[in-house]
Amino acid sequence: MAFYSEKVMDHFQNPRNVGEIPNADGKGEIGNPVCGDMMTFYIKVKDNKLEDVKFKTFGCGAAIAVSSMVSEMAKGKTLDEAMLITNASVAQELGGLPPNKMHCSNLGADALHKAIEDYKKKQAAK
Amino acid sequence: MTEIYLDNHSNTKLDERVLNEMLPYLKENYGNAQSMHSIGAKSKDALDIARKQVADLIGSKENEIYFTSCASEANNLAIKGAAEAYKQKNPKGNIIVSGIEHFSVLYSAKRLEQAGFTVTYLPVDKYGTVSPEDVKNAIKPDTILVSIQHANPEIGTIQDIEVISKIVHEKEILFHTDAVCTAGTVPVDVNKLGVDLLTLSGTQFYGPKGAAALYIKKGIRVIPQIDGGIQENGRRAGTENIPAIVGMGKAAEIAKNEMAQNYNKLISLRDKLISQLPKNIEYSYLNGHPAGRLPNNVNFSIEFIEGEGMLLFLDQKGIYVTSGSACTSKALKMSHVLAATKMDTAVAQGSVLMTLSKYITAENIDFILKEFPPIVKRLRDMSPLYAFFQKTGKRQEAGPGTDYEHEHEEE
Repeated sequence: MAFYSEKVMDHFQNPRNVGEIPNADGKGEIGNPVCGDMMTFYIKVKDNKLEDVKFKTFGCGAAIAVSSMVSEMAKGKTLDEAMLITNASVAQELGGLPPNKMHCSNLGADALHKAIEDYKKKQAAK
Repeated sequence: MTEIYLDNHSNTKLDERVLNEMLPYLKENYGNAQSMHSIGAKSKDALDIARKQVADLIGSKENEIYFTSCASEANNLAIKGAAEAYKQKNPKGNIIVSGIEHFSVLYSAKRLEQAGFTVTYLPVDKYGTVSPEDVKNAIKPDTILVSIQHANPEIGTIQDIEVISKIVHEKEILFHTDAVCTAGTVPVDVNKLGVDLLTLSGTQFYGPKGAAALYIKKGIRVIPQIDGGIQENGRRAGTENIPAIVGMGKAAEIAKNEMAQNYNKLISLRDKLISQLPKNIEYSYLNGHPAGRLPNNVNFSIEFIEGEGMLLFLDQKGIYVTSGSACTSKALKMSHVLAATKMDTAVAQGSVLMTLSKYITAENIDFILKEFPPIVKRLRDMSPLYAFFQKTGKRQEAGPGTDYEHEHEEE
């Protein structure tokens, strides 16, 4: 059996929503190049909903697939709904990840939540 | 799809001639080499021939070759077996190894440390070279064994074993070298190298899995690590794996006869890859020694991206490589070899190891040079590190937003 599921390979090879959002409403970064995985998420918010989600990721196949899946799951959701996305639910949507990839590479939801928190902080400061 | 296998330090493809030599010992010649009857005698004869073939490859005598199941076992036997034979009373003695040894050497040393020996780990320079001067300075009055690999399987750097063994022998200390990467690929002569113990493996020169050997110089004592039989002159119990040993023997014979032609071919393919790759891929850096390296080893770090992504995309093109990145290792730890060369950790994550074989052609190299750059571009376009570098001209330091504590599980 291949190392990754078909779904993981699909998201790795054809990642959805790669890129940056200029003047993003929120930005969240997680991980560290030293550890081998780093993700940056950008969000655009309209009417309390995630109008757009984009990401850039340095990391292994799982890290890229996770980022892509998170962006897909989050797009169009309300901020509260998006906060309910967990690393575990992302892994589940991907049809599972190898055990040793559950830790470091599976940080997409955390990065998204950071972007939402960044947005809320900016709103509060306004 | 043409398959281009570039993971030859892990395992090589069996030579067809080797397979043919092995087949009778998987079929009609199934006897145990220790049996007295005619079927057993056939296995015994084959064992003797293979021992001679392997001895000829490294310039030793037949009775100095001890077959094992793999190189890890041979390294365990060398390190633990010699330490046990030459141990002193409290403390038991000091062992010197380099920090870039194979895990079978490093963990054998660790085991001895737990058993009351002391171990000195020697550093390497940025090319992965062990300084003979460091060896000299590390030797203590109670040093009993020094083990320095002949060449490194990851970065390809070849050590000056002749010089190091002289230094060690001046102090009348035992010297072992792990020659897994060199034996069968470059000329290896135990007398010229001046070693007491040497590990080699058939899997590195187109032999089968299941056979490796330890050269033990006549007169050197080694305590068996597998007890219970008279096989291998009492130094390694267990029924001999005749088909694999026959294969290793034949592979050794072929390797010796064809070494010069393979060597020249590998050098020319390696040098093409080493010289052309950085021209096609910006911000790529050769790892290991630029000149004193294995003829089949190419190792680059490709900056701003991570090794596993490259490995997976190359895999889809039929190009099979490996990487020293943390993500690629099952333990999620960066390669201890790259770490020892003090390479920037983020850059090390982008390491790609390509090890060539005699089956690789010039067309294969052209194909790699064509297919690799677009893969790098694709991953860099996704990389926040590359985006940061393009915007600022600077490398991103571990900074804000990088506070996530990884809980790496211990091996």
